[in-house]
Amino acid sequence: MSNKPGAGTTTARHPKGGWSKRSGPPVGVLTVGILISLGTLIPLGFVAVMTVNTGWETAYNLIVRPRVAHLLLNTVLLTLVTVPLCIAIGVLGAWLVERTSLPGAKAWALILAAPLAVPAFVNSYAWVSTIPSLSGLWSGVLISVLSYYPLVYIPTAAMLRRMDPAIEQSAASLGLGPWNVFRRVVLPQLWIPIIGGALLVGLHLLSEYGAFAMIRFETFTTAIMVQYQSTFNSSAANMLASVLVFLCLLLLLTETSIRGNARYARIGSGVASTPTILPLGRWRIPAIAVVVVITVLALGVPLVNVFRWLLAGGSRIWNTPELTTAVLQTLGYGLTGAIATTILAFPIAWLAVRYSGPATRFIEGLNYVTSSMPGIVVGLALITVTINFAFPLYQTAPVVIAAYVLLFMPRALVTLRTGLSQAPRELEEASRALGHSPLSSFFRVTLRLTAPAAAGGAALVFLAVSTELTATLLLAPTGVHTLATQFWSLTSEIDYAGAAPYALAMIVLSLPMTYLLYSQSQKAAGL
Amino acid sequence: MNFRFKSASLVAIAAAAVLGLSACGSGETATENPNSSAESAGEITVYNAQHESMTKAWADAFTEETGIKVTLRKGSDTEMSNQIIAEGEKSPADVFITENSPAMAQLANEDLFDPISDTVTEQVPEQYRPSTDAWTGVAARSTVFVYNKDMLKEADLPKSIMDLAKPEWKGKWGASPSGADYQAIVSAMLELEGEEATAKWLEGMKENSKAYKGNSAVMKAVNAGEIAGGVIYHYYYFGDQAKTGENSGNVVQHYFKNEDPGAFVSVSGAGVLKSSENKEAAHKFVEYITSTEGQNMLSEGTDWEYPVGKDVEPREGLVPLEELEAPKVDPSKLNSEKVVELMTAAGLI
Repeated sequence: MSNKPGAGTTTARHPKGGWSKRSGPPVGVLTVGILISLGTLIPLGFVAVMTVNTGWETAYNLIVRPRVAHLLLNTVLLTLVTVPLCIAIGVLGAWLVERTSLPGAKAWALILAAPLAVPAFVNSYAWVSTIPSLSGLWSGVLISVLSYYPLVYIPTAAMLRRMDPAIEQSAASLGLGPWNVFRRVVLPQLWIPIIGGALLVGLHLLSEYGAFAMIRFETFTTAIMVQYQSTFNSSAANMLASVLVFLCLLLLLTETSIRGNARYARIGSGVASTPTILPLGRWRIPAIAVVVVITVLALGVPLVNVFRWLLAGGSRIWNTPELTTAVLQTLGYGLTGAIATTILAFPIAWLAVRYSGPATRFIEGLNYVTSSMPGIVVGLALITVTINFAFPLYQTAPVVIAAYVLLFMPRALVTLRTGLSQAPRELEEASRALGHSPLSSFFRVTLRLTAPAAAGGAALVFLAVSTELTATLLLAPTGVHTLATQFWSLTSEIDYAGAAPYALAMIVLSLPMTYLLYSQSQKAAGL
Repeated sequence: MNFRFKSASLVAIAAAAVLGLSACGSGETATENPNSSAESAGEITVYNAQHESMTKAWADAFTEETGIKVTLRKGSDTEMSNQIIAEGEKSPADVFITENSPAMAQLANEDLFDPISDTVTEQVPEQYRPSTDAWTGVAARSTVFVYNKDMLKEADLPKSIMDLAKPEWKGKWGASPSGADYQAIVSAMLELEGEEATAKWLEGMKENSKAYKGNSAVMKAVNAGEIAGGVIYHYYYFGDQAKTGENSGNVVQHYFKNEDPGAFVSVSGAGVLKSSENKEAAHKFVEYITSTEGQNMLSEGTDWEYPVGKDVEPREGLVPLEELEAPKVDPSKLNSEKVVELMTAAGLI
């Protein structure tokens, strides 16, 4: 029980391995981080072992075929079109509500975050039940952008609110115009949330199933799902999964190389002065039009349609005991999954921020690789492992939670990393200089500063869990039905009215979490 | 206290929360250790790939009559058969019910079924049971070509399902190739026409057809005029007509008959697993659903599938099974493994 010399001690160490030159990370935290990350290797190992078992010739034939080319084209085009659009809409929206004289900016700030409470497959259901012929790439782009732009918007808006305006004001006083201030001072600071958000969007696109299955848009994940549902030896599906994992690695490498090592921290909490608000002038009407159009498409269409189906269904659709059960079970799994994931994400995020280097990058990266895999791959991997090595756990709740941790770790990591990168190391060091142990300093200083980010991360995980479909279908204990699985089985039967209460319940359940995210970023700004 | 200890305790708290959740958060169904044999002789787990509403009705009526509790787990045919194979000896499943035969044949080939009882063989005619008696048929469904009455005239209709691979059908028809239902139809074609013809036909299908997710979506597309026709099963049309008719108002059904592969009648199966720890109750359940009472529920519910029990009449409005001129296929010979291989090769899945 001795205290190990930890972060920030000024003892010189040999810059060995991949650690940063300041000093090595505490062994305890490192061990925890490595253990958690090793757990994430289970699904990856599953895919790898299956690939080896398939044999090269079969593998080659299953990967190099026209269908895979078609899926690759679909997936790549979807990502290339959707991610930039999400960034553009997310950043534009954030800038409009935070830095311009947009009328009702405070309300719009919340409204623009709200589409996060509408799961992608509910969005898809709303659109496809209105325009049944919706299918293919552009429909996929439409649904994805409307569903996922908040992933960029929320962290970007939070950063804009927390940013020290003094730097901008200095730049302006040195004669830079508003555009140049934005380009040279603001944008570089937005880099972390934009890249983090874009990565999340990319991962969502790679692993989304329900939304694309509904509009008959084929990606690797929908194809894997089809193979798993209909094949006995899943080598075809595993080969598709290996290509998908490769795509994910590509995405992660891109993100890592763009992100760089920049540190943005300021001493003291709250914002020293209010940021300069840009008067919109004659741009006022177009600015209002932009936020209105986004809101109508991303929030109006799904809500109007859900209520349309609720009305069409009448009382029949509410008279199901399954609805109450599904709400309770979704709540339980969502909360537990969120808490477990956030706790486990802490050591990894801390290592990644405080000891940024190839090794910690690798540890962190493992979690992203796993989570990019479709839920069905994680589900089958966990089924295989529990059947063979831990049968008493088979088809029990802890395994479902483990799947959620594996799948949604990045959601907690991205927000935690942003929070940690803004919690200055110097404060922790000051606390230690005053005689506190490293651990106590961490709890007294850093944890308190990152609590909003942790809550935000937990909220994101809850959102993801409460709408997770494929792993839940596979792993849930017999007799457990969540809102997502019930909604899915009803829409598969084209019972749009019957599915409406479940869609509504998922939205209602997600709304407080979305609001929590929003208010946390408000608090961070000291408002 | 060092960090490792602290985080270990946090993890422990989270784990405790999870376990607490599994005990109280799941309402009526607390998670059970699949190994523990039921306290009374009265509990079975059914892996159900059949229509949920139908199986639930059976289960409720069975529980009322016998006091045996039934828990349903939901999935699709071959997904669940694979799951049962992976679970092996330790499978929690006592009974497996499907929508089609291939998944049943798969488990029978793995020798995982406890042969059905004499009571069942008396209740279900031979043509709705596999030659092996490893499992039994519990319901039947007919393949049908649904078409949009404004887009196709009777003279244009395909004489055989095999015609749909011809160039004149390019872009005109749809199906749900990913579904167990459609794969069962292809498995019948494989059995009747052979591998070469089926592979060639699937290439034509890839060229000509549009893929939808689920048969309901296919019928909806036919109704909306997105495609002129589609290959699905018969009960979607009747079910929609009985409700609002909003997805079938422009739809007409065409049965191929003439022992065509497209006139295939697919048998839904039920079987008791060898690994079951409660075989007695499991057999009772299969006996119940194939009994006159259980089969009558098929003709009374909202399901529109064909009953297969002796002397049980199908629902008013359905074309009688014997008039469908279905091809003769032994359900135990249907090989969906080969079907998936061929469909993968054709690029359909």
